[in-house]
Parts: sequence; structure tokens; C-alpha cells
Amino acid sequence: MKFRAEIDIMPLKEILDPQGKAVKLGLVNLGLNQVEDVRIGKHISLELEATDQEEAEGKVETACKKLLANLIMEGYTYKVTAL
Amino acid sequence: MKFGVVVFPGSNCDEDMIYVLQSIMKQEVVKLWHKDTDLQGCDFIVLPGGFSYGDYLRSGAIARFSPIMEKVIDHANNGGYLLGICNGFQILTEAGLLPGALLRNKDQKFICKNTYIKAANADSALTKNLNLDKAYKIPVAHAEGRYFASEAELKTIEENGQVLFRYSDENGNLDDTFNINGSLNNIAGVMNKNKNVFGMMPHPERAADNALANTDGKAIFDSILSYIG
Repeated sequence: MKFRAEIDIMPLKEILDPQGKAVKLGLVNLGLNQVEDVRIGKHISLELEATDQEEAEGKVETACKKLLANLIMEGYTYKVTAL
Repeated sequence: MKFGVVVFPGSNCDEDMIYVLQSIMKQEVVKLWHKDTDLQGCDFIVLPGGFSYGDYLRSGAIARFSPIMEKVIDHANNGGYLLGICNGFQILTEAGLLPGALLRNKDQKFICKNTYIKAANADSALTKNLNLDKAYKIPVAHAEGRYFASEAELKTIEENGQVLFRYSDENGNLDDTFNINGSLNNIAGVMNKNKNVFGMMPHPERAADNALANTDGKAIFDSILSYIG
């Protein structure tokens, strides 16, 4: 079976995100004073072959832990759906 | 002593490193291609600076899966000497051989300039010969050099004396003002607990030749040879 994983990787809350800070400044300059907190991460979309949902999630978990995210600085969430 | 300098696609400080080790320090040096799986009997491996694999995903993240890295990791785990400079340092943290991580600089900019660093202790191959009161002028060139580690890890690193260098001013003051990239505790370089794996963001190989009018970096290479040689 084919699955698609939609993965979000975000800098950990306690880490300063200078990119998010700079973008927030831009948004405020745009007149959007209501914007409070901007943090920037990555979105990774991938397709994979697995026998079932559980196996697909296990593979995505490994991918996130071992390569896609650096757990010292980032956290991840994902959603795996059958195609 | 035989040095091996690993070349990844995107490395750009490999030739500078080879030049310094060979022509200035008079050592035997070989280039190790990232697809190789043989360290050719090298005693000391160097991961040079650059933009391995275009810095895709995260700096150093992909390079650590290069075929040669399996042997490099074995070499380090068996007590062999391993030094990563700039992108090489990023690769070593990604590979888990050094603690912490290197984040985007505090001000978001790529910083390319001379900085001053101070050795944090003289108990390592890199710092053995250094004067602990002196600030060494060594250039940096990076966008992701902000050293970060969890609070617990940072405490361990400091307690074990694993910090090699800290950013300072020219007189060696460790004020936060001179912390060019926002690194925790001004950290510019660290080593592992066993003191055989080293990483630093500044480039000593760019400050080791008289022709460049700055040889502060040569003291680090002298240190290595006197410690190990």
C-alpha cells in the first residue's frame, strides 16, 4: 500500500527563532499589529510503501528521528494517510 | 603523523587545510573522498569547512550519512583523533559525536570576519600549547554557528571541561557583546568527553601562513603536533 506523510518540523519552544522574529517585524510593519508570535519551521511531504498504517507510521517516525529533525533543536509532528 | 582530510560535495576549505598541514606543518596528508570506505591508515581525520550537500535540510545533516562517515565514526569511537571545522563541526554534532547543535546566527546574518577566541582549558590536543590569557585572532565564516545545548547538557559540558574555545574581545574579555553569533556561554568550540573529537566554528587554517599576516591559528596546529606527535 502507498501512504503519504505530511510532516511538520518546528524549532523547540525554548529556542530563539531569529527568522520568525524578523518575519514578525515585517508583519507588524505591514500594519498587522495583532500578530504576536511567529515561528518558522519546515513542512516535508513524502510518499512511501508499507503494508499497513502502523508500519508506515513507524517508518516516518524513524525518518523524523534519525534525519528529518534534529531533536536537540527541533520537534516534529506528522500525519500519515493511505493513498 | 598521517592526516586525512575528508572531501564532501560542497566542501570548500579542504585545500586550505591540506596546504597548512602539508606545506606549513610538514605533515603527511591524504584526501579522503566522501564515497571512500578506507581511511588509508590516517591517525588524524579532519572534516573541513564548506557547504556539504548544499547545507540542505540542516547544515551537516546529510554529510553524516556519506559512506566515509561510517569509518570516521568507528575511528572516533576507537579513540582516533577527529577534528571538524565550521561545516565539519556541524557534521560532528549531527552525527552525535559532539554534544549540542549549531543554530542560525542570532542576527540571521552570514558572518565573515576576524574574531577573537580564548582557549577555555589547556587540557586537549588543540589547546595544550595555547596561552590561556591570550585572545587568538581567528576568522569565522558561517551562518549557522550559534552553539546550543539543553540546559542539562550544557552543565555537563562545562563541568567536564569540554569547552575548547569561547568568543572574546581582543583582550580576552568574555563579555556577551563579543559573542558574535549568540552562542550559549560564548562557546566557539567543544570536544567530546574522551577528548579525541574536536569541533570549532573559527577557521585556524585561514590564519596559519605568514603571507596572510596572521598566524594565530598556527598555534593550534603546533599544539596538535606537540600533544600527539
